[in-house]
Parts: sequence; C-alpha cells; structure tokens
Amino acid sequence: MSKPLVSIQNLSAGYNGTPVLKNVNLDIHPNDFLGVIGPNGGGKTTLSKVLLGILNPLSGKVSFPAGRPNIGYLPQVSQIDHSFPVSVKDVILSGMARPKTWWKSLSKENKAKADYLIYKTGLSGLGNRPVGQLSGGQFQRALLARAIINDPQLLVLDEPDTFVDRSFEKELYALLEDLNQTMAIFLISHDIGTISSMVKTIACVNGTLHYHPSNVLTADVLKVYNCPIDLIAHGPVPHRVLKDHE
Amino acid sequence: MQNIISLFEYQFFQNALMAAILTSALAALIGTYIVSRKVVFISGGITHASFGGIGMAYFFGLNPFLGAVVFAIGASLGIEWISTRGKMREDSAIAILWSLGMALGIIFVFLTPGYTPNLMSFLFGSILSVGMADILVLAVVLVVTSLFFIILYRPVVDTAFDPEFARTRGVPVTFIRNSMAILVAVAIVLSIRVMGIILVLSIFTIPQNTALLFYGKFSGIIKGSVLFGISGSILGLIAASAFDIPGSAAIIFMLTLQFLISKTIVLIKKRNQSRM
Repeated sequence: MSKPLVSIQNLSAGYNGTPVLKNVNLDIHPNDFLGVIGPNGGGKTTLSKVLLGILNPLSGKVSFPAGRPNIGYLPQVSQIDHSFPVSVKDVILSGMARPKTWWKSLSKENKAKADYLIYKTGLSGLGNRPVGQLSGGQFQRALLARAIINDPQLLVLDEPDTFVDRSFEKELYALLEDLNQTMAIFLISHDIGTISSMVKTIACVNGTLHYHPSNVLTADVLKVYNCPIDLIAHGPVPHRVLKDHE
Repeated sequence: MQNIISLFEYQFFQNALMAAILTSALAALIGTYIVSRKVVFISGGITHASFGGIGMAYFFGLNPFLGAVVFAIGASLGIEWISTRGKMREDSAIAILWSLGMALGIIFVFLTPGYTPNLMSFLFGSILSVGMADILVLAVVLVVTSLFFIILYRPVVDTAFDPEFARTRGVPVTFIRNSMAILVAVAIVLSIRVMGIILVLSIFTIPQNTALLFYGKFSGIIKGSVLFGISGSILGLIAASAFDIPGSAAIIFMLTLQFLISKTIVLIKKRNQSRM
C-alpha cells in the first residue's frame, strides 16, 4: 500500500485548551474517499482544521509521510461573508495561491483554468458577477471551484451539499467521483444518504473517531460507534442508506 | 463665482485643497478595506483611542501627531489581537478603548500647564490651517499605502474575504492583517487633521457606500471612492469658504448629498428597468 498522505496519531484538539476531540487515529491515503459523519459539536470541523494546519493540536501528532500535501478546502459556506465585494472569478483564483508564491500575480493559464471551472461548476456567465448576486448554491459552487483549482492531493469538503440545489446535485457527485481519480477526498456531511452511496469508507466523529472501512451504514454500526445521527436520509429513497453498494 | 475663483489664489486655500485631495485618496483606499471587512466600528474605536495619545503628547511636550499614531497603532493591533484570540467580546473591548482614549486625552489636556490646545480643532478638524509639512507627510503615506495595495492587492483582498482559507493556501495572513491594521491607524490619524476625531469616519465610509451603488468589486469600490471622495471634498471645501462654515462639516454634507443623489438615480433606473 502506498504511503499515507496524512497520518494522525493520538490526536487531541480543541479551542482554548479544552479538547473537542480525543485519541483520534486516522490515516488518509491517496484516492481515499472518506465520509465523515457525526453529531453537531462532535468535532468534524475541528478535525478538518487540524488537517488543514489552521488549528494546532493540543497533543498527538499529525504527520505527512509523503511530504506536506497540497490541500484544497471548501469551508462551511455559512462561515463566509456572502456580501464581500469580490467577483466569482477572483474568488476562484484565490485558490491559486501557494506558500512561496502567494504574492505573485496570476498567469493567463490560471485565468483560463478559472474559466474552465466556472463552466464545470455550472456558473457560466457569472464569472464577473460579485458573489453577493449569487444564490447560496451558486456561491457554494464557486467556493468548490476555489478549492480544486490548484489540483490538490487532498480535498477537504465541509458540508458541500447544504445549499446545492437538486438540479446540480447529480453534477456535483459526478464531479466529486471524477476528482477522486486524482485526489483523496475528506467529506463532512449531514446527509447520510448521499455519503453512503459515494464514499469508500466512513469515519464517525463524536468526541473521538471511529473508522468504518466500508460505505455501508446500518443502525447497528451507528450504535456501536456511539454516533447518534438520524438515519433517515434526505434523499428521495431513504432506505438506500441501508443497502449494500457492492 | 468670481469670489470662488479668487479663493484658489490664496496659499491657505491651495494647501487646504491639496490636503483634502490627498486625504480623500488615502481614505478611499483604506475605507474600501474597512467597509468591505465591515470593521467600521473598529475604526471608530481606533480614532477615539488616538485622542489619548494627543493629550499625553501635549502633556509631555511631544508632537501630538506622533502621540496619536502610537495610540492608534496600539489600539488597532490590540483589537486585531483580541478578535483573533477571541478571549473577550470584541465590540465591548472596542467601546472600552474608545472611551478610555477620550478620557485619557481630556485628563492630560487639562493637566497640561499654561497653554491648552484648542479642543475644537481636534474634534472637528481644521482644514484651513493645514501647512506644507502636513501635506508632505500625507503624500508620503499615500504613496506607501498605494504601493502596498498595488503590490499585495490579491493577498489583501483574499485575506479580507476569507482569512482562514487564505491561511490554508500559505498566504501570510497575520503579516497582511497587521500591516493593514497599521496602515488603517496611520490613515485615520492623518485624516483627523482635516476632519477631526468625531467626523473622520465619514470620509472612510460615505464615498465607499456611494461607490458600492455602482461597483461590485473591491477594485471598483476603490476607484469610485477616489472619484466621489475627491469631488465631494473639493465641493465641500468651496462651500465652506463661500458660506464661512467649518470645512469638515461641509465636506460630509457634500459626500452625503452625492450618496443620496446616486441612490435616487439607481432607484429610478431600477424602476424603469422593471417596467420594461
């Protein structure tokens, strides 16, 4: 098996010295598609921030056996100022920054790539609009494009489907499956129905992390993992959650 | 009309005009950042905190401008620190700095023996007494601020829009935010000379909001604010001299008038469009 992209050992993390997460162990390999579920306040977002290096662990270790990977990030859309005066294209291009070249101006290829992603995420014709004129779903798609423009090795998605309208849902999942060919995906979601059908493995995060090496979720599994989440999915066929997708 | 034209022949009026133009341009840049990030209240705190520095400088016989700059930068970085550490309610911290600065200023001005400076000129500005040294300092700061914006435009905007994401991309967010906090503090203190502590926020917010009616991007708002800020302050200055009223108040009146006229034009346009 290849070296993991990220290896988390005995991690404890939280805010102001109070841990939200304890004893977390997790390896993320290239081409993993990990669904992260768990109740609100269970530490899903906290774990993602440690992965991203924007929150320091209280104890334990986060290592990158194959070197520090390029990580793309889609934060929870409600955390971002939707009325900020910036165009869709500039938001997407902000994903091009890299540690040593963050101050450099952008090349023509970068801009062409942004145009391609605008098309790919169904935002054609909206590139020059201020983000304030977008719907919640469109804004979220622009933030997704920002997350993937730099061809990351690991893509961290925090609730990417909160606003996405049904009309784009299928395209979104097709896009994620496509991206998964070249990058690992760490996807936090409330919608177990979608998670179960797309992801390869599941982690339940509730104060600590329980890894489930398959994408089949049953009530028993959730019980064993102490993962008190609603099994009723929001999709049109709720019980597909329980079905095996082998 | 003849009177207005002859105004331009006076040195004091030429100085005032230069100061008004430079201040408006500086406030256009910095104000766009303040308004976009929705930190107008923070800027109010910085402005009023700087009065403490003015009072102290008088008491110790130092340059009041330097005292104000030190206090303003201290307040600006302090608020930045509180908001990232989150150990205290940010708006309460700002209110405390705001009133503490004013209190310190008044205490030290009263304690200063002999000559006491004219409080009114600090509170409401005194554009007609601006000297060549003030103009030079303004010009230098405007050049430095412009260069910072030109060279680091993308990181500044990206950091203001979503600092957490910018950090994941390796942008030195703390450096950018602290540099901006210092530039904001210096711009505010320099503008106090023209606009006064109480009225200074107007030139950092009114032109920007007029610009927001026509532009949706950060760079557009800068352009619009330069345009509206400079034209408004020139008109205000002329009105102030023609009617013999305080310059800062007249400038605010003109800036607000521009905003109201623009808002009306936009509303009428929208109504006509929806009718068609």
